[in-house]
Amino acid sequence: MPLADIAQSLSERTVTGAAVRCAHCSLPVPHGLIEPAAERQFCCAGCRTVYEVIQGCGLDRYYALRAALADDGTLKPAAVSQRRYAEWDEPAFAQAYVQAMPDGTAQVELFLENVHCAACVWLVEKLPRVCPGVVGARLNLRQATVQVTWDSGRTSPSAIGRALETLGYPPHPARDAAARRARVSEERRFLIRIAVAGALAGNVMLLAFALYSGLISGIEREYESLFRWLSMGLSVVSLAWPGAVFLRGAWAAIRTGTAHLDVPIALGILAGTIGGAVNTIRGAGEIYFDSITVLIFLLLVGRWIQYRQQRWSASALELLYSLTPTFARRIDTSGAVCEAAIESLAPGDLVEVRAGDSFPIDGVIAEGRSEVDQKLITGESRPVAAGPGERVFAGTINLTRRVVARVEAAGPATRAAGLMRLVEEASRRRAPIVQLTDRIGGRFVYIAIALAAITFAWAQWQTGRADLALERAIALLIVTCPCALGLATPLALTAAIGRAAKRGILIKGGAALETLSRRGTIVLDKTGTMTAGRLTLVQWIGDEAVLLRAAALEAQSAHPIARAILDAARDRASLPVVDKFEEVLGRGVMGEIDGRRVAIGSPRFVRSIATTEETTIAASERRLLAAGLSPVLVAEDGRIVALAGMGDPLRADARQTIADLRRGGWNATVLSGDHAEIVAAVAHEAGIAPERAHGGVSPESKREIVANLTGNRESGTESGAATFAATPDGTRRGAVVMVGDGVNDAAALATADVGIAVHGGAEASLAAADVYIQRPGLAPIHELVVAARRTMRTIHIAIGASLLYNATAATLAITGLINPLLAAVLMPISSLTVLSIAFGGRTFAAASRRAEPRPESENQPLALSAGGVR
Amino acid sequence: MSVIYIVLPLAVIFAGIAVGAFIWAAHQGEFDDLDTPAVRILHDDVDADTVSSSPPRAARAESD
Repeated sequence: MPLADIAQSLSERTVTGAAVRCAHCSLPVPHGLIEPAAERQFCCAGCRTVYEVIQGCGLDRYYALRAALADDGTLKPAAVSQRRYAEWDEPAFAQAYVQAMPDGTAQVELFLENVHCAACVWLVEKLPRVCPGVVGARLNLRQATVQVTWDSGRTSPSAIGRALETLGYPPHPARDAAARRARVSEERRFLIRIAVAGALAGNVMLLAFALYSGLISGIEREYESLFRWLSMGLSVVSLAWPGAVFLRGAWAAIRTGTAHLDVPIALGILAGTIGGAVNTIRGAGEIYFDSITVLIFLLLVGRWIQYRQQRWSASALELLYSLTPTFARRIDTSGAVCEAAIESLAPGDLVEVRAGDSFPIDGVIAEGRSEVDQKLITGESRPVAAGPGERVFAGTINLTRRVVARVEAAGPATRAAGLMRLVEEASRRRAPIVQLTDRIGGRFVYIAIALAAITFAWAQWQTGRADLALERAIALLIVTCPCALGLATPLALTAAIGRAAKRGILIKGGAALETLSRRGTIVLDKTGTMTAGRLTLVQWIGDEAVLLRAAALEAQSAHPIARAILDAARDRASLPVVDKFEEVLGRGVMGEIDGRRVAIGSPRFVRSIATTEETTIAASERRLLAAGLSPVLVAEDGRIVALAGMGDPLRADARQTIADLRRGGWNATVLSGDHAEIVAAVAHEAGIAPERAHGGVSPESKREIVANLTGNRESGTESGAATFAATPDGTRRGAVVMVGDGVNDAAALATADVGIAVHGGAEASLAAADVYIQRPGLAPIHELVVAARRTMRTIHIAIGASLLYNATAATLAITGLINPLLAAVLMPISSLTVLSIAFGGRTFAAASRRAEPRPESENQPLALSAGGVR
Repeated sequence: MSVIYIVLPLAVIFAGIAVGAFIWAAHQGEFDDLDTPAVRILHDDVDADTVSSSPPRAARAESD
């Protein structure tokens, strides 16, 4: 979320070492804003406003709750955008997101940013007080969605939007509300099936206990018959209602000729039910109803757990996708600015884009000059100057000044939307991964049928009685029914996915874990993935005092270079006072501090002002350029006295992670849209061989190269990329994993076997990825790969145990040694063993994410040694 | 022992009622969100006037 990042870094300026804390956000209050007479101090007008709103509505218990439940110290100030949410009142919005209720109220589901804890639940659900006319608000803490019901006559969606934002939760309409409603009702049906299956299984078990006791102590024929018939009745319901899921799944698999675990399961429960029914009617022989109903119940539980976990991860990602901007500030013919939905824009319209906002459209700048961060589209980490007549793309960020752009393409016609279509295509074309359990399940059928046939033949030959032989064959089918298999895998995967989520890694499905457990190639994007994706002061050559003056001057500017220099000046509280300030767009800044004339900017700009320079400057400048850094000069009173090397440095943990991955059998490759030299420099620093670093790659060819790696060449032309597709062992193709963050990576993410979107990535990359890492840094990737391998090992052990049990039970059944009581005891024991293996397996470390220090302190100023080179 | 002919169907009927109650609850959305109610209980009845002003029951009825 680059926008949020910018807001954050902008607001961080106000954070200094001062001890006075803001009464609302608890961040330090800058010296200039401290009012000695006031009872409470605020760091900005926004906090004051929010504090007053909260107090005014009588909601001051918020602060008590927040203090009680304060979490990990990652508090950041709320950024109030002063959006009007005017487009929420348009009919198009109502049609897309609002549900009208029969009683005259209306309802909308909104995705909220910044929802963390119990205090958020409390505050959001007090919306009726903040915004009169709202009838009710229900927050779902886990999904960060709120369902708002309001009286359409008394308030409007835009007022609700503004109210939520005032409280510090910028709302976004939940994009796929209809699909998620469908999913909720699917989940309810799942629960109901489990409840029915459980109740039936419990009752059949009770009857079975009576029958088993009857075997030992004797039972009257009349009652035995009653119990058997009743068991049959309950089991038939169980098979026909909750159990029908397996029958349908098996039928679908048979029709399409695919391997599926449902087939052996359906075979087992059908054989058992039919055999049991025949024996009930006959009034003799074994009935298997207790085993079958319990089987259906347990298998449903396993499936539900898996379904729920995956659905949750998937919908968490989809909701993040809702953050994509949906509105633009259109300038109408009279010159007034109003918010309009992106869909309503037409080519030729003028839109206003303020500093810090992202461009909502593809177009041409009509008015104003600014600098644009095109990282999302090109992967280029340095801002590009843009003036009238220059093209801008939707999704890029306007950094320094307000501009007016003329719309050329909006909505689906933009380049970003085109890339998203590539994503969709790639996801559609992606070969379905047959899951391990289904592969085993497929073979299982043949083995079970073959064994049953052998048993029948053997028993027939031994005893000469067809009914006895049939009995044994059915017993075999039931005991070999892969119950543990159907339970162990979902549980092991779910346990791993759940633990991963606690550690800030969202995984969409079990297939991703299975693929990640193989070795192969890992393709990394540079900007934003291997690096933090924003300019930082990497080297400072000059006096510390000069840096402080430079920072003071740059504090007046919103330019990324200015921000980076400001970040680097550690003691921002004691910055000198700026007397004069002037910004020359695209070149630098000038001003007066302590009577000195200070100028900072590009070498050409500063040299045009300064006449003399320190002797070492020119040599240092060449060294910086050679290292792939952009030099920024500082002049004081006409003499160049210092030099800053600006760059987008490698993340602190990148080198270590790549070394770890290589030791784990992965090949690392860099693909970037940035300049080849910069990519080569970063790759070198990260320890990646130069032939595996590719710069200047467009988003489209990124996808092509990844497609070549996966061997899916139908769409792409042969390119040099195929040469590095071989795995270390040179034979079997390994997994191809793409790690990226931007819109420019999205198509490649979707094409790869597994796409991993990293912290701070664009919303589009989240939609395309299978895994989303919420923590900054690359270390979680290594953690993920290791955990994936451990998870698969756990599953293999669990499956091994399950197969061992099945083999034992089959042997007993073939020889006719098994009796119903033994089978009834063996089954739960085997299930328990397998389940404890699956659930107790070591996957992701169990430590909570909050307990550990943040892996990478991105915002900390870097350690400077005055006059030295780091 | 013939009491079993009354007790057994009765047991089945009770089980059926329990299952029916569960199905009803699931349809009402009781199990849709298992996380938020756990924290909601922390603050609902502390300040008295919220009880009257925010009607969770009404909101729930409308959510279906």
